[in-house]
Amino acid sequence: MSPSQHPPVGVDAADRFRDASFPLIFERAAPGRRAARPPVVDGAPMAELLGEEHLRAQPPGLPEVAELDLVRHYTQLAHRQFSIDGNVYPLGSCTMKYNPKVHEEVAKRFQDVHPYQDEASAQGVLTVLAELQDDLASITGMDTVSLQPAAGAHGELAGILMIRAYHEAKGEGEQRRVVICPDGAHGTNPATASMAGYDVVEVPTGPDGEVDLDAFRAALGPNVAAVMLTNPNTLGLFETRILAIAEAAHAVGAQLYYDGANLNAIVGRARPGDMGFDVVHLNLHKTFTTPHGGGGPGTGPVGVKAHLAPYLPAPLLVRRDDGSVGAEGQRPTAIGRLRSHYGNVGNLVRAWAYIRTLGLEGLRRVSTMAVLNANYLRVRMREAGYQIAFDRVNMHEFVARPPDGLKTLDLAKMLLDYGVHPMTVYFPLVVREAMMVEPTETESIETLDAYAAVLGQVLRDAQRDPSLAHDAPRNTPVRRLDEVGAARRPILRYQVPQA
Amino acid sequence: MPYVPHSDDDVRRALAAIGVDDVETLFADVPEALRNPPIELSAPLDETALLKRVDELAALDRTTGPDFLGGGLRAHFIPSVTPHLAFQSEFVTAYTPYQPEVSQGILQATFEYQTMMCELTGLPASNASMYDGASAVAEAALLAVRQTKRETVLVSRGVHPETIEVLQTYLWPLGIALEVIELEDLTTPVPDVSSEVACVIAQNPSFVGTLEPMRSLADAAHGAGALFVAAVDPLSLAVLASPGEIGADIAVGDGQTLGNPVGFGGPSFGFMVVSEPLLRQLPGRLVGQTTDVDGKRAFVLTLQAREQHIRRSKAKSNICSNHQLTALMATINMAALGPQGLREMAEGSVRRAHQLADALRAAGGDVRTGARFFNEFVLCIDRDPATLRRALSERGIRAGVSVPEAFGLGFAVTLATTERTSDDDIAALLSALSDLGVLESSRQEVTA
Repeated sequence: MSPSQHPPVGVDAADRFRDASFPLIFERAAPGRRAARPPVVDGAPMAELLGEEHLRAQPPGLPEVAELDLVRHYTQLAHRQFSIDGNVYPLGSCTMKYNPKVHEEVAKRFQDVHPYQDEASAQGVLTVLAELQDDLASITGMDTVSLQPAAGAHGELAGILMIRAYHEAKGEGEQRRVVICPDGAHGTNPATASMAGYDVVEVPTGPDGEVDLDAFRAALGPNVAAVMLTNPNTLGLFETRILAIAEAAHAVGAQLYYDGANLNAIVGRARPGDMGFDVVHLNLHKTFTTPHGGGGPGTGPVGVKAHLAPYLPAPLLVRRDDGSVGAEGQRPTAIGRLRSHYGNVGNLVRAWAYIRTLGLEGLRRVSTMAVLNANYLRVRMREAGYQIAFDRVNMHEFVARPPDGLKTLDLAKMLLDYGVHPMTVYFPLVVREAMMVEPTETESIETLDAYAAVLGQVLRDAQRDPSLAHDAPRNTPVRRLDEVGAARRPILRYQVPQA
Repeated sequence: MPYVPHSDDDVRRALAAIGVDDVETLFADVPEALRNPPIELSAPLDETALLKRVDELAALDRTTGPDFLGGGLRAHFIPSVTPHLAFQSEFVTAYTPYQPEVSQGILQATFEYQTMMCELTGLPASNASMYDGASAVAEAALLAVRQTKRETVLVSRGVHPETIEVLQTYLWPLGIALEVIELEDLTTPVPDVSSEVACVIAQNPSFVGTLEPMRSLADAAHGAGALFVAAVDPLSLAVLASPGEIGADIAVGDGQTLGNPVGFGGPSFGFMVVSEPLLRQLPGRLVGQTTDVDGKRAFVLTLQAREQHIRRSKAKSNICSNHQLTALMATINMAALGPQGLREMAEGSVRRAHQLADALRAAGGDVRTGARFFNEFVLCIDRDPATLRRALSERGIRAGVSVPEAFGLGFAVTLATTERTSDDDIAALLSALSDLGVLESSRQEVTA
């Protein structure tokens, strides 16, 4: 089917493929079936209570299915899904470590507390949050932490808005219009800066894989509001000149922002606060192993040094004189609220459980073994015939690329046929055909050996027979997709047959 | 318990392969002065000790008894099958579906989610979900600003107060003005909309429970070339006119009522569904249908040119993730209940609220509502809401969300019901309010 034959948005194309395709829940439905029954409350008709003009004309076209059909559908869908629990998932920059099962039990214990109930009747969950707030401040070396942001990018927005509020309070809001990001930065960094009303200036990566200090100094000036950095950076290298970078940024009055995506490399062993960072955000779904859930919910707490604390988003948790924990009202200088309530509490309590069970020694072992595993796999991958972008001791991840003539995309698809997940591909943008690998500390040496062996095998296969590369994957639930067609004529929903 | 599998021998073998003597050497790039700082953390707990601590803490939280808390989150019926299916390992421990060949589970479930949200809202294009209802409203306002190139946003006072705060946070850095339409008789009056207005935002049912004149508000917005944003409780759409029917351009809201626990406020998920002309302005992830090389139907993340990882500083939003797992819970929950089950839940909630309001009025309570209300309404009281909440809590009842001063009602709370509310719950609340003199004092005031 060529892209031009794709039907317009909302028009169902399913009929043509039904025989060959896995059904949608709508295609398993029949009128009158039900899986679950809520309590029924009899009484006056809705037209009487609500007024006819407020009622909908037709019921929504939701599927009607029996319970066992529902169970089979979503169980079979789960079987069409790769996961960490299934096999190794070494996505660079994503920290796909094991998610402990005991955290799920902990989360259930706090899931029925309502954020508007009497504070005295919610001291359990509030205590958990207050302890986490303090622990994250200690771990990052910051003075205060807000747990509110719902994801890393949301934490970035909070951080950059605080920096903006700080400059405005000093009367420098008009003057400081620029945020500096390295060219290897995560895409969220420049997107956040523009969402906060700033222009973005990129500085290049130097020949050693770190920020080019001369170019960086040249970009600095009185117009710079903030510098956003990840350390270790997206090449998996620690910015050895970080103290000089911090000093140079502060010398022109800019604030230094720490993107916490790569904290797993140094957790317990080094702190952004000690490096000179003024703001950090953390991705609890990375370093602190709250489940990724197929794309969220994440959680992105943000920590600051004392001079930025007046701008923190509410609510902050405080310990009252009587020993209880409560939420402090909005500070008059605060950037405001970023979302409703306290944050993604279900994830916050999981992260609390992780820190409680590891302690400082456990966290240090996490970063140590994460770095050991990444270096081990770098060596094994080099032996398997891959080029390493900056072949020196790396931190928790590294960037490789295939020999000339082979495409990263093809090799990634070939890996799928071996039942393992590819690394992050084509990022960072500063390395051609990039393969960004982050095994994390929870994989065993045997698993890394097996992964390296598969990497070697697909490379040999691709060199021997290019059609093997081109045609992969062959054994997955579906094979390569027409992504261009999907974007050109988007079909974003199933057209439910009219009742 | 760091979940690390390495034996001492594994570490020695790995170090030998890397060619370094000890693990400290791997951290040589970290400046000496920064290494191994003192960090104060509690001593580690094993699993038994952790769960004992959790038991102690959870015992401090009230999670049972009559519950009349709303304010955007309510403890509706969630069938056991919903969390059981959603919390399968494969769904919980997967990443964003960037390799679609091995991610059809999440991609297809999201396509089903998008379809269900379109059906509920009566609009044609849903994203894959967002952080929460409040931030989804803010993103809708930014969308309207991009689309209309106008720089004022009009929002009804009836929109959740925390949502209005989030709007302020998102709009000030871009210099967008936010103007509030004050309520009359707990209802949003149809405003004069100027040609500078990008969108009008109203919530239905409103924070104080009123069914708003949504059609008239949409017409007023469109008359001035502005968009109309309907912030809605998705469960209410089992019975209420959909945003599509009333002429909204964008439907947004929080999905908690579709099968997520109240969870102390999160995570649930935000949703955004838009009219066809706004499709390419949508922020956040989108899943589209396509085919694979064998012609099989398949699903994939699509229209990614809008997003931060491609567009960087030119992206529609910095949003990177969605709230996949909580949106999946809603998807499974909607399929479990079907249109009839959702309708029964919405109707039960409405009937219980009207029963409670009638009972309170009969007992002398100062109940306030708009012309029509859904499953939540205002009770004006004689004391600070926090004091009342505490007193009710001491009697085993969770009730009384504060109505902020900006509503001009003096001391007031909202009370909400669900299909789970029982006759006994209502009797308990009436008896407690009566004991506390809340109804008595109101009655005296009315008589005077």
